[in-house]
Amino acid sequence: MKALSLNILDIVQNSIRAKASEISIEIKESVIENLYRITVIDNGTGISEDILENVTDPFVTTRTKRKMGLGLPLLKYHAELTGGALEIKSEKGKGTEITATFSNSHIDRQPLGDIVGVFIILIAVNPGIDFIYRHITERGEYRFSSKEAKEYLGVDTFYDSVLLEDIGCMIGENLKEIEVSGFTFKVKV
Amino acid sequence: MSKITSLADLKKKREELKSGLDIRIKAINPETIVQVKVAMATCGIASGAKTVMEFFLEQLERRNVAAVVTQTGCMGYCYAEPTIEVKLPGKDPVVFGFVDLKRADQIIEKYIKTGELVDGIIPMNYQTIDLKE
Repeated sequence: MKALSLNILDIVQNSIRAKASEISIEIKESVIENLYRITVIDNGTGISEDILENVTDPFVTTRTKRKMGLGLPLLKYHAELTGGALEIKSEKGKGTEITATFSNSHIDRQPLGDIVGVFIILIAVNPGIDFIYRHITERGEYRFSSKEAKEYLGVDTFYDSVLLEDIGCMIGENLKEIEVSGFTFKVKV
Repeated sequence: MSKITSLADLKKKREELKSGLDIRIKAINPETIVQVKVAMATCGIASGAKTVMEFFLEQLERRNVAAVVTQTGCMGYCYAEPTIEVKLPGKDPVVFGFVDLKRADQIIEKYIKTGELVDGIIPMNYQTIDLKE
């Protein structure tokens, strides 16, 4: 994975497979605290205790197509490379919360990459799931909820490329507002 | 055009465009529409599934193909990622492997539009090594 946004796209698949109806992605970056934190919270089926214990073992997966799963181990690896950690909280039937912390200034902390593009894909192809994106920096906070946007715009799905492009621009512009110098978001023109 | 920074701007723009946008079919019937599934597991994403997904989302609509694009997990063809499954109405699904943007373009122009097969098809009777024996 070349960017943190791709790791996010990857681990969100776990939430989708766990039949979550609401998935929240939160990114907090702080230059002062030297912190970069990604949190993914879902209300899916949760992880059973025996799997939770070794869920970051690449050879543990609930999938049947192949016997290994690299999503969480990869994220853990990237976090630990920077002196950070991966924390997983889960309760069967309630949902799962995954938190990856990175040291913000560490040279091995990957760039976030095209998070807007990732989020657009998620809301476009999963019309039954409500996605919330929250980004917090020292200059402010931005929040986007797909459910609120659908209600406000009076649409059932985002399956409309003009609308998707506009939403992408909108999120991009708002992220630029709170961007901390030296850490830029990729905004498509 | 002024920048869109809030949902209110978005709504305003949509209302301005409305006359042109309403031609889209509202009810999507899976039996009469092309279905494209992009495999988006770790293997797919690492090989570029995001770019392929963006291409299909944008180009199918731009080229006036009535289609629905969804994502799926790992299909077990990790060696051939990015993989996509295309189901034309009334036909069996076909899985294509090693889908880069050039092949994605061929799949739309040839397979989806005319039914002509293109390179990269993964035979449906292929089984993962575990399933043999």
